[in-house]
Amino acid sequence: MTPKEISQRLNADGFQVTYQDTAPDPHIEVPRESIYDVAKHLRDNPDLAFDSLMCLSGLDYTERMEVAYQILSYQHRHRVTLKVQCPKDDPVIPTVSKVWPTADWHEREAYDLVGMRFEGHDDLRRILLPEDWEGHPLQKDYESPDKWHDIPLTNIPKNSTDEGN
Amino acid sequence: MKETKELNLPLGPELNKWELLSKGEDPFGEQMTLQMGPQHPATHGVLRLELETDGEAVTKITPYIGYLHRCFEKVAESVTYPQVVPYCDRMDYLAGMNMCLGYVLAVEKLMEIEVNDRVQTLRVMVNELNRIASHCVALATYGLDIGAWTPLLYLFQAREHILDILEELSGARMLFNYIRIGGLAKDIPDNGWTKKVENFLGYFEPKIPELNDLLSYNKIFIERTANVGAMSQEIAIAYGVTGPNLRATGFDYDMRRDAPYSGYENYEFEPQLGSGEQGKPGDCWDRYIVRVREMGESMKIIRQALDRLPEGDVQEKIPKNFNKMPVGEVYTSTEAPRGELGIYLVSDGTKIPYRVKARSGAYCSVSALPAFASGVLIADLVAIVASIDIVLGEVDR
Repeated sequence: MTPKEISQRLNADGFQVTYQDTAPDPHIEVPRESIYDVAKHLRDNPDLAFDSLMCLSGLDYTERMEVAYQILSYQHRHRVTLKVQCPKDDPVIPTVSKVWPTADWHEREAYDLVGMRFEGHDDLRRILLPEDWEGHPLQKDYESPDKWHDIPLTNIPKNSTDEGN
Repeated sequence: MKETKELNLPLGPELNKWELLSKGEDPFGEQMTLQMGPQHPATHGVLRLELETDGEAVTKITPYIGYLHRCFEKVAESVTYPQVVPYCDRMDYLAGMNMCLGYVLAVEKLMEIEVNDRVQTLRVMVNELNRIASHCVALATYGLDIGAWTPLLYLFQAREHILDILEELSGARMLFNYIRIGGLAKDIPDNGWTKKVENFLGYFEPKIPELNDLLSYNKIFIERTANVGAMSQEIAIAYGVTGPNLRATGFDYDMRRDAPYSGYENYEFEPQLGSGEQGKPGDCWDRYIVRVREMGESMKIIRQALDRLPEGDVQEKIPKNFNKMPVGEVYTSTEAPRGELGIYLVSDGTKIPYRVKARSGAYCSVSALPAFASGVLIADLVAIVASIDIVLGEVDR
């Protein structure tokens, strides 16, 4: 099935999703309240059979946050991207780690680096950064600290002007 | 009368302990928490596994990663599109070519650049060469971890030849920075480079049966690996395990054949599957032999690439600077030696990527470890960690 057909199928099954025909990759926008149910339906419906979550990424758009899910069905060999939005001051999204266990670590990473909170996740700890790190580095307004435990940190150079090719 | 008296004696302290043990307590202090790593010869880098052990048995595994986190995603948000390429090499430093290809394909898809046949063929060739080199290290360190020293020397010798070939091409031995947006850094040198690749294939062909004699069908090796740490297909799919680890469970999926990129649809090869030849499907031995046989398939692909190598320019025309990038987002997936490398790229139209997310195969393999490896012996855990072939650079990025 193409992403468009999958979106139509989801709407026919009673979910309120919107198909976004963005180039080059289209995606399906899912309201955050229903992401768990949509995920479960996508996995369990034999026509859709999305048995695997390939990638889960958190995104910070300064005024809103998003989570993108790339899912794959090995049975039907189709892929689709789902997206869930939430406001920046309330970045809470229901977890899908009970549907696809891959999400367990990917959600921890999105929490660690982007600052998303996943409601219902059993073990939402930092995964890549030290436990006592402050802030979430991939947020657009993040400022790197000068020191961590008295270890001086060199800042990542601000946007380099070198064109490089 | 005397005998009954003796029987009525109160139990000694040792016997009391046995009674406690039968009640499920731990009087002998057999249950321990062990830290395997971060510096440990069997963790292939800086990985820490927290093990709850009961005697020799591991009852619970908790992996801790992040010791080699080099902020790939953060750095990628502060440099221009072409400047990200060298950082990709450093993700999985044993398979730099494969890492770069994943990222470059994402940018090309975003910019709608089509590269010509020569570029595609050369990319396939260097990717497969790098895959062989990467599998050589995987198999060598696997043998080393469970006590086989000699295969390491043989395999590193073979890998050395590949590194020489790739060095001649790119100037670097591991961090190539060779695959660029819209093409390649430079054309192949005109001193008979293809001849050298052919010579290497001729040299490497008999090395695989030699490795089979030396290690694969070695009785001790089979005893250590067969029936150990079998991963079921359900767990592999649920945890997003891809690549050779997924194929070792007998699941027939190879991105190069099922979702071809960079012209892989033009090559004849067979994805190698584990079948439980020596034990259960998806055990450590299967994960090993899949990689051995995959090297043979990679050689087939390289031969075909050498035969069809067309003429052409190795760099397509691309914008001088990347100031006017299309707005949008792409996800590309490629078959890296350690599973699917997914690059999720978001562009806001400036020359700097808005967000780059790298999904690595080894990351998912480590996350599946607690699900399929709990309950084994500590010595078997060493074999299991070696068999899923992780590079911590790719796990942490």
